[in-house]
Amino acid sequence: MTTLQAKQVSKSGAVHGNAGHNHSDDGFSDLHPAYSELQAMAESNRCLYCYDAPCVTACPTSIDIPSFIRKISTGNPDGAAKTILSANIMGGTCARACPTEVLCEEACVRNVAEDTAVEIGSLQRFAVDHLMERDLPHPFKRAPKTGKTIAVIGAGPAGLSCAHRAAMLGHDVVVFEAKPKPGGLNEYGLAAYKMTEDFAQREVEFLMGIGGIEIEYNKALGKDINLADLKAKYDAVFVGVGLGSTNNLGLKGEEFPGVDDAISFIEQLRQTEPKSDMPVGNNVIVIGGGNTAIDAAVQAKRLGAEEVTLVYRRGPENMSATEFEQDLAKTNGVVVRYWAKPVAIKANGKLMGMSFEKTELDANGKLVGTGETFDVPADQILKAIGQKIKTDDLAGMGITGGKIVVDETYQTTAPGVFAGGDCIKSGEDLTVQSVEDGKQAAIAIDAFLKSA
Amino acid sequence: MADLSCKIAGIDSLNPFWLASAPPTDKKYNVVRAFEAGWGGVVWKTLGIDPPVVNVSSRYGAHHDQNRRLLGINNIELISDRPLQTNLQEIRECRVEYPDHVIIGSMMAPIEERAWKDLAQQIAESGVHGLELNLGCPHGMCERGMGSAIGQVPEMVEQVTRWVKDSVDIPVFTKLTPNITNILWSAEAALKGGADAVSLINTVNSIISVDLDSMVPEPVVDGKGTHGGYCGSAVKPIALNMVAEIARTPETRDLEISGIGGITTWKDAVEFMALGSNAVQVCTAAMIYGFRVVDDLIDGMSQWMDDKGYTSVEQFTRAAVPQVADWNELNMNFDTKAVINPDNCIECGRCHIACEDTSHQAITMTDKPEGGRLFEVVDEECVGCNLCYHICPVPDCITMEPVKTDKPPMTWPEHPLNPMRMAAE
Repeated sequence: MTTLQAKQVSKSGAVHGNAGHNHSDDGFSDLHPAYSELQAMAESNRCLYCYDAPCVTACPTSIDIPSFIRKISTGNPDGAAKTILSANIMGGTCARACPTEVLCEEACVRNVAEDTAVEIGSLQRFAVDHLMERDLPHPFKRAPKTGKTIAVIGAGPAGLSCAHRAAMLGHDVVVFEAKPKPGGLNEYGLAAYKMTEDFAQREVEFLMGIGGIEIEYNKALGKDINLADLKAKYDAVFVGVGLGSTNNLGLKGEEFPGVDDAISFIEQLRQTEPKSDMPVGNNVIVIGGGNTAIDAAVQAKRLGAEEVTLVYRRGPENMSATEFEQDLAKTNGVVVRYWAKPVAIKANGKLMGMSFEKTELDANGKLVGTGETFDVPADQILKAIGQKIKTDDLAGMGITGGKIVVDETYQTTAPGVFAGGDCIKSGEDLTVQSVEDGKQAAIAIDAFLKSA
Repeated sequence: MADLSCKIAGIDSLNPFWLASAPPTDKKYNVVRAFEAGWGGVVWKTLGIDPPVVNVSSRYGAHHDQNRRLLGINNIELISDRPLQTNLQEIRECRVEYPDHVIIGSMMAPIEERAWKDLAQQIAESGVHGLELNLGCPHGMCERGMGSAIGQVPEMVEQVTRWVKDSVDIPVFTKLTPNITNILWSAEAALKGGADAVSLINTVNSIISVDLDSMVPEPVVDGKGTHGGYCGSAVKPIALNMVAEIARTPETRDLEISGIGGITTWKDAVEFMALGSNAVQVCTAAMIYGFRVVDDLIDGMSQWMDDKGYTSVEQFTRAAVPQVADWNELNMNFDTKAVINPDNCIECGRCHIACEDTSHQAITMTDKPEGGRLFEVVDEECVGCNLCYHICPVPDCITMEPVKTDKPPMTWPEHPLNPMRMAAE
């Protein structure tokens, strides 16, 4: 086990801040250090201020990106932040965690002629951080009180986004959260190097500044609260419970100590202080091809694991983790093995490793094992093969394909019950999509309550 | 490498690039560095009658673009604040040490014959190649009856030029202020006074910015600010027009011109010369980047001359003057249309919104079936204004293509819709 010291990250806003995008040599400081004012000036001036810009279309929350970047360039960063937050109240987290390389930055017209997008994510962070670091009143005002109350289940990105917008529209909101802290995956599910300085909590505090929102912690659906009671007590209910369960490998020995869900590993790391106290194996295997797999693999390596092997059953182009994320794993020394599937967990009193079978596509394009196997030694195995919805507590709502069914107004099959975030099928399972779901659901709930 | 040597007011210069009278030419130390860097000549910072002026602290204001590039500077510095004899001694030393380089003595005095003549003779005796009369400073000195206070009155311009011409036998450059209604009046006055050449423009009177915390114009001098002289690339268009007006007007076209005003690149210099300058002076570009900018001025002009087949600067000097016309001489039957090359288009949409909001609604934006957007010019609506062509961030994506026409050229005075013409008929 290696002991690492978490380095103090300097605040943004200094003229000569922690410039550059150097990956820090400790495990937890910012993946993309905050822009200095000078960097923000230079990068904001690269923006062409496109009309009807492709980056806006590519953003699930439709942030008016050219307008906010122009405001940065004219010396109005707080105005820029308001432009961002009016479309996406979690613009701070999205600036840090969004796969911008496949969203706004992929659409940037600067790619066409120069192959280098404007760094929209870094500019967005600069603006939002600038506003949040000032002791200003909350930038949005509530509409006159409607007298209606809304119950929101889950204080993750979808739930909080819904709560904020509903509060803005004049409704009172009570959020029920199963965990002791708010933020959902922002707090529990993203790599530490994406969310430094307790940002998830600071963002929730900022968001709550609108007023009219209460959060009740340790209130889990199905245990401490139930849908029928909430429906009876509140004028509308929003379900933003995310995906509460994980997929299994279906192998013998999966319950063996040292075999964990990657998402639990991240959650534990995020709640450990100092982070260097987080235990990690010497030889770690991560199974999966999504961003959680990358987060876990990189974080394990940065925590001091000697060997981290990420194994994915298909090729790099099939991974849901972006190319940037895959590269991040490789530059952090993670060994990535494609086209192999786990076939056995090897243990001998303690965890020893894992056997894999190589895979390929057959003539019909179906993934099949080749019969050829290899072993990878491991004292820790992290599974990142997807999460799934916990259906037990969602009685009364239609569920199809592992997702809550909603109509175009985010209403479930239960009247007056709306849903959004990872528990519904909207876009990708991304923070930014959940924020959009929450915002749109709040607007739909508002219309529902007015028509009721 | 083309021959860049040139002659202005009878003075031979290694190249057409001189440093203008300003802080960069304040003393020998700077001038030596300038000559070593490759400048063909300098106009020494303006000399006055002792006792020397006293300058204030905080002297320059700046007009930045949003990326902190300097578009222009304004200054409230006065003329040389060192004793006359110190300056003259250093000029003598520079003349000995750099015999092939040009030194022009810039001077300024109150509107008194004796003052101008004595000062002119003293400076001439230091060995300068010529004198430049500073009749343009728009701040400080004008409050004492000098600089632009003289330059704004054509009779005084003529008078001062004549006094100096009568007292020395070296070439005299009369430096003109742009802070007037018609540059031709001052140019003609200089010509009548016997000037060998005119130098223009001096700085443009300006307030460059306001400090919004203290509500004081910049540069701030202990809670107050004053108007100053504006220079740098932002003033180039103003200067080019004034140079061209002098070069194309029959009454003034014989004046030789030392062109000044925001010259930053070799292209700027070529444009000044094509519109009538025999040589050019530079200040702000050197103040922003150092004397080394002369390297590109020399190299760029030389490369361009080689490409164009010019072997001397005289071959392109004034080459654009015949094409400078009055609006009334333009062909009303000429028609040009914007053409957008979709292969170069990066789909920023700027041409569309600029035309839609502020021009002629002549660029449509439609979704392409394969994704992305297509921008197309509506020829019937396009008036050929060039706006889209200028704002497009991609060079050569939008071009302006002349429309073939059988119509003969027709000017506004000849135009059937001209009410003046109709009235005359």
